[in-house]
Amino acid sequence: MNAQLMRWLRLLAVLGFFAVPTLVLAQLTQSQQEEWLHTPAVASHIGNLTGNANSGTVKYDYRRYCVGCHGELGDGNGEVAQWLDPPMWPKPRDFELAIFKCRSTPTGTLPTDEDLYDTIGRGLDRSAMPIWNTFTNQERADLVAWIKHFSPRWQTEKAGTPIQIPPEPEITPDRVKAGQDVFARVQCWKCHGVAGQANGPSASTLTDDQSRPIAPFNFTDGSRPKCGSTDQDIYRIFMTGLDGTPMPSFADNIKPEEAWDLVFFLRTLQPHNQYNKREKEIAKQLNLKPLNALKLSQ
Amino acid sequence: MRIGTLLCVRRFSYVQSFATATLGLIILFLSFTPSANALPAFARKYGLRCSACHETWPILNNFGLKFRDNGYQLMNDHDAPIWQNPSYWPVTFRITPIWHRLSSLNSVDTYTNVSTTLPEGTLAVQRITSSGFDLSGLDFHTGGTLEKNISFYVLPSSDPTATFHFETVMARFDNLFGSSWLNIKVGRFELNNLLSEKRMVQLTGNGGIYQTYHFIPVGDGNIFGQMGSNQLGMEYLGHSYNDRTRISAALLTSSDGNENLITGANTYNGFFTFDQGLDLGKLGVDRLGAYAFVGEAATYYRTSSGTPIPGSGITNKGFSREGFTGQFYFGAHFDVNFVTQHGSDNAWFGQGYGNPINPGSAENGIPSCPTSCLANATPGTTLPLGSQAPTWNGYTLEARYVYSPQLIFIGEFEAERMSRQANGPGYVPGFTGPNGITGAAPSNLGNINNYDGLIRYNPFMTSRAGMALQAEYNVFHQVGTGPMGANTNTNELLLGLDFDF
Ligand code: HEC
Ligand code: HEC
Repeated sequence: MNAQLMRWLRLLAVLGFFAVPTLVLAQLTQSQQEEWLHTPAVASHIGNLTGNANSGTVKYDYRRYCVGCHGELGDGNGEVAQWLDPPMWPKPRDFELAIFKCRSTPTGTLPTDEDLYDTIGRGLDRSAMPIWNTFTNQERADLVAWIKHFSPRWQTEKAGTPIQIPPEPEITPDRVKAGQDVFARVQCWKCHGVAGQANGPSASTLTDDQSRPIAPFNFTDGSRPKCGSTDQDIYRIFMTGLDGTPMPSFADNIKPEEAWDLVFFLRTLQPHNQYNKREKEIAKQLNLKPLNALKLSQ
Repeated sequence: MRIGTLLCVRRFSYVQSFATATLGLIILFLSFTPSANALPAFARKYGLRCSACHETWPILNNFGLKFRDNGYQLMNDHDAPIWQNPSYWPVTFRITPIWHRLSSLNSVDTYTNVSTTLPEGTLAVQRITSSGFDLSGLDFHTGGTLEKNISFYVLPSSDPTATFHFETVMARFDNLFGSSWLNIKVGRFELNNLLSEKRMVQLTGNGGIYQTYHFIPVGDGNIFGQMGSNQLGMEYLGHSYNDRTRISAALLTSSDGNENLITGANTYNGFFTFDQGLDLGKLGVDRLGAYAFVGEAATYYRTSSGTPIPGSGITNKGFSREGFTGQFYFGAHFDVNFVTQHGSDNAWFGQGYGNPINPGSAENGIPSCPTSCLANATPGTTLPLGSQAPTWNGYTLEARYVYSPQLIFIGEFEAERMSRQANGPGYVPGFTGPNGITGAAPSNLGNINNYDGLIRYNPFMTSRAGMALQAEYNVFHQVGTGPMGANTNTNELLLGLDFDF
């Protein structure tokens, strides 16, 4: 046998060594996912809508609209994933892990069907994930069910119980000031910066649970939070955390009344928008200044 | 591409030189080989598959329509160019090498005829069938955002002889004051037609335009009511956040998109649309809408050696087109689209007055003649006895079966029916009007039936490049516009490749 041929054979062997297990694993996953597709656990319930992963059209919709990023197996390895570079362009979600950023449920638990339904319609700002609000409600509910068939977690776990959000109190200058104290105490500023400009001392070193670089939210540049813009949404974001990212849940460190104070304070950091007219006025009245970073780190 | 080129194609000899086709293909393959950087502009920018926005490229689905209505933006705070990799180049090329077999009636000099069965005389009608390789032009699509909410689209387009013109040139200002209801566009652009002609996939000579969008009664001089042509002007567009409700109003110069105010001094028209998407559950989001196109154009020009002096047109006369539009999805695989039209032109147009651009062009059914035969409503001109305002009704029906984003079947049928002829019953028998029609016109003169069927297959589909193989068959029939008063009767078989990268 000549050397040339040997080299080729060796190369083939090496390729086979990696390719075969990968293919086998993919096959395994696919056949498992096929089974899960037909389980009641994956059906979604949003209000009086029932989403069905076997609706016929949903597989087709996923192929048409989602697969380029999220991949055939839902593993986030669609052909486009390689072109998305974090932190500017986060990688598509791996649905096999069933770890989601936007939840109404406590950290570590599965989101509710409504959470996924809302996220799909809202899109994820500052990422390639578009705003999918052109579907009918039924199509969107079916997509939620479809996403659930990718991960074994939905077979064994139930969605978490949504956290209780007390009614929003009347905003007062004292509450805004109290909110700033919470911001200092629980050290939001370490990542988000004293003025909310995403430039805290830890900001540049943050990575997500896949060890990919990730940037904290910048409150001052007018961008929208990924998980919703209303007061309730902001409350929910820091009381449940964005799972899979360094943005933790503060449910154990912040009491519900304090949480509303913090929401009011966060509003003062944002540029004028449809939600923060009162907060901006109060901040001006109080002549509210950013925290002193030096003093904080002593 | 579209209109400009397709009309040109028709004027060309049909069997284009083999060399052009071969050269085109060589250039194409050369540009394909080494670099993987040539990508369809938008898909590449956002990492979306073509299928996310297109039912099949370039036909838009609801998501694509929303993207377009937002000024080619996803609205994810990353739309401005600053977020793009500096090597990103917002250009897509499109080229369409084809082979076609065309069969049409011609008036033929009998002495050049090979057949001996033809009657004696100098001219006779004969069907001629030819086939060959061809190109239907080359487009460079370039478009995108200059800044958040400021976008542009430029489409230099070439006919098969590489003569370029600007098919589309526009700038858009979107979401003014943060509202999706306030978007302004200026330049030359396609009207806000729900069923877009610029995005149709039909490639044949008659199937490659919507007849309903370009219908002109035989001999009529009003070329300005063609809602399929890109027009010059300014458009307001408003839409709800999820694009279910859409409304638009455009103010346009009556020039059928031609630059340099070739036409009247102060002639404008308006194009108004409204459509509403309905959530029909499993069926999808289905749309129903209406449009109106109303305006006026000049019928009297001062001329210089018989040629109209640009901008000198006066004595404006009116025209209108109105109808309904619909887009019905029946689940993920099947959809039906329609446009209806009721059209009406002033009687002066009906007699052939008004067309300063191409006077006496064979295209409008008027026999070709030197420019001096321009029908010009000079002072003192009166309409021939029995002239009346021509009116008609028409519709376009397009059904699509989308087996997968990569394989689509399209069937199209169009009917245009005259309801009132310009030369009414009171027209003096034997008198030939300025529109070239003698005596009262038969009620069906100019009626059109157009059938088109195609299969389009994309062997691969990524966000980087697209290629479609297409087989199409078209049959076109129009009463009384063929050679020597015969009916126009053509059929065309086309096999083509449609590349974009
Ligand atoms: C162009 C790429 C792209 C396409 C197409 C796309 N996504 Fe995503 N998707 C992403 C990215 C990127 C993320 C992660 C964003 C982030 O982490 O901020 C994501 C995240 C998600 C999430 C996780 C939300 C959470 O709370 O963590 C869901 C659910 C989702 N996508 C559903 C869909 C569905 C359903 C479709 C098709 C209708 C779709 N995506 C199409 C890129 C895409
Ligand atoms: C360890 C660093 C860290 C700390 C501490 C932290 N954050 Fe975050 N925060 C992040 C990161 C990283 C993100 C971005 C997550 C993403 O984009 O997926 C984020 C995002 C957010 C968002 C936007 C979420 C969205 O939907 O886009 C809000 C609001 C927020 N943080 C508030 C807070 C508040 C309030 C505190 C303190 C109570 C806090 N953060 C503490 C790292 C941190």
